[in-house]
Amino acid sequence: MRMNIHFKNRVACIGAGLTLFRRRLFETPRELAWEAAKQALENAGMELKDIDCVVFGSAPDAFDGIHMQGEYMVDGAGGYKKPFTRVYVGGGTGVFSVIAGWWHVASGLCDKVLVVAEEKMSPALPHPQYVFHHIFDPITDKPLGVNLIWIFALEMHRYMYKYNIKKEDIALVSVKNKRNALDHPAAQLGAKITVEDVLNSEVLVWPVQRLDISPVSDGAGALILTSEEYAKQYTDTPVWIDGVGWNLDTTYWTNRDLAFPKYLYYAGKMAYKMAGIHNPRKEIDVAEVYDPFDYKELHHMEGLQLARKGEAPILTREGVTERDGDLPINPSGGLLGVGNPIAAAGIMKVAEIFWQLRKEAGKRQVAKDPTTGLAQAWGDLMQIGTVVVMRV
Amino acid sequence: MGRDVAIIGIGSTNYTPMTTEYSYKELMFEAALKAYEDAGINPRKELDALVTAAEDFWEGISIFDEYIPDQLGAVLKPALTVSGDGLWGIIHGYMLVKTGYFDIVAVEAHSKASDIDNIMDVWRIALDPHYHRPIVDNVHIFAGLEMMRFMEEYNVSREALSMIVVKNRYNALYNPMAPYGTKTDIETVSNSEVVSYPLRKMDISEYSDGATVVVLASKEVAERYDKEPIWIEGVGWISDSPNIEEWDLACPSHVVLAASMAYSQANIDNPFKEIDLAEVDDRYSYREFQSLVALDLTDGYMMDELVFEGVISPSGELPVNPSGGYMGMGYPLEAGGLVKLYNAVVQLRGEAGPIQVGDVEKAVVMTRREFPSPSSAVVVLGR
Repeated sequence: MRMNIHFKNRVACIGAGLTLFRRRLFETPRELAWEAAKQALENAGMELKDIDCVVFGSAPDAFDGIHMQGEYMVDGAGGYKKPFTRVYVGGGTGVFSVIAGWWHVASGLCDKVLVVAEEKMSPALPHPQYVFHHIFDPITDKPLGVNLIWIFALEMHRYMYKYNIKKEDIALVSVKNKRNALDHPAAQLGAKITVEDVLNSEVLVWPVQRLDISPVSDGAGALILTSEEYAKQYTDTPVWIDGVGWNLDTTYWTNRDLAFPKYLYYAGKMAYKMAGIHNPRKEIDVAEVYDPFDYKELHHMEGLQLARKGEAPILTREGVTERDGDLPINPSGGLLGVGNPIAAAGIMKVAEIFWQLRKEAGKRQVAKDPTTGLAQAWGDLMQIGTVVVMRV
Repeated sequence: MGRDVAIIGIGSTNYTPMTTEYSYKELMFEAALKAYEDAGINPRKELDALVTAAEDFWEGISIFDEYIPDQLGAVLKPALTVSGDGLWGIIHGYMLVKTGYFDIVAVEAHSKASDIDNIMDVWRIALDPHYHRPIVDNVHIFAGLEMMRFMEEYNVSREALSMIVVKNRYNALYNPMAPYGTKTDIETVSNSEVVSYPLRKMDISEYSDGATVVVLASKEVAERYDKEPIWIEGVGWISDSPNIEEWDLACPSHVVLAASMAYSQANIDNPFKEIDLAEVDDRYSYREFQSLVALDLTDGYMMDELVFEGVISPSGELPVNPSGGYMGMGYPLEAGGLVKLYNAVVQLRGEAGPIQVGDVEKAVVMTRREFPSPSSAVVVLGR
């Protein structure tokens, strides 16, 4: 792999769209995808006929209950009679679909790409969590009746133990993100809560409590990516995708130290090298890190070198990660506040960085003047990190 | 687009109707081992990215992406899953290399169809839940409709369709990786049980298990290795409407568009003259003809002439599916396109032994994803 090369084709993001995030939306998956795609096209000043290629992202087929879901979504996502693919890396799919859009343009094969991610978790019965029963190894893990909250509780516990972190400090993340989400027009769970509320909420799997965790959501998001030449035709304020990175760790999660996400460290390193970033803590102005659980925001900040190991809770306590802080994290409200329609949530994060860097985030706009932003997602069996670094 | 990306290694298991002794991981491992050995690379040191093509419901596991890195030597590397056929994997690997950031990318696809108890029910879950699922209990119904329309439009005889099956299954007899080789005759095929008129049992290829891995490399890197590089000269992939009632059933427009995309990149003006070998979709007997029509590879011949005058036989003007195609190798779900590509690369290298069709300079590989999918992919390879 070559590092610090000069890319032939620089990739710009010139439009974003997002549907409401809700526990149960009545639109079909195709309708949701098209609503987001249409917004993004209008935002970029384009029509569907201007688009060369379409990339679609969605997490397990089992949520929508449709096999080969990408094929079913073709027209809804705007892929009719166009090169269309669905890429898939579990929970990391949202940000990853943007990375796939990036290589469509960076390879020189396409000039104008529509990236759409959609998730409709609500059809799964009796509860979407049951779908996750089927992500485990059918021989060694599944018979134990494992679900996702169970294994993330293990990871949270390990993280707290290794760096001596208190639940009170972790709860601050939930308080911050749900408060931030009050300003997000698509948000599902914006709220003013306190640390006590989090600590007194129902215990799901110790140490995970109800307010530590993001909700079940339906929703869709879309972005428009173009080559440098076209970006300048459509807008004066393109946001450049200067670095992408992703990394997949071993399937055998039981054999890893869960205290530090090594795969994310490598994914971040790849994106930083591509973007020429040497000191992420200083050079990243605003970051949307994946926060399906409150401890994950801290965990991921450390993996991304935005904080030293065990330091993220301290930064949170000191207010560094607030919107007016030195390193605003999840100014959108993140998954905890805006909602977690898995793949669409990743696009929401990239879209937020797009709006922050264009200073179009309205009430959510961070206090400092951001020029470099980062969006990240995480997925599979606590196994993959996907990272996008953007600049104006 | 020039010669920027080369295939420097291929590896495959044999394809079989049933695999009782190996898990999917072991099949993937065997294919990967052979491909890395063929390319002469150490994946742990040299592999920059891995692309797997898979669908959750075939595996019976949600988020199958979790289960790919270990057996393919890609732990802690950029690895991803494309929800599609292996040929889409190749296209994404091709784009990754073309960004200039990745030098060596491996692409994997596999099938363990024999593990699926209720495969037709799984196909049915792919149907639109409101419009199609309640009225369609067997996806071969769509093939029956498409076959009828195609036969009508292109004036194809029943005997010519049966001859495709006879030809491909005969070719497979000499392909060591193909399990369905046999000597059959037109009468047997034409009189086999009706599945969805006019589609008969022997018009449908059987499923098979196996795994295939292909190693791609950038130009500079490819030249460092011993193997003669096989270049990817053009790629095309297009999706049509997911509503089958909107398709042109006689000649699928997604194949036509994907082919023109790939041909224009490869600077091919007269495909029939310039292409020496075609590995095209033959999931159903009529599909081989239909693919040739959509790929503009008929050169004015009638369908019956193509097969009865030997134009598309291994020794003909344009050998089509000398590997045996899906009829002979079985239809290995998402590995289908990659197996076809594997066989085309073997022919381009001149290493096909008993099934070598002479000197091959340029080959086209094409596959469709199956009903109800509206997608197809085309790759043009050159030596």
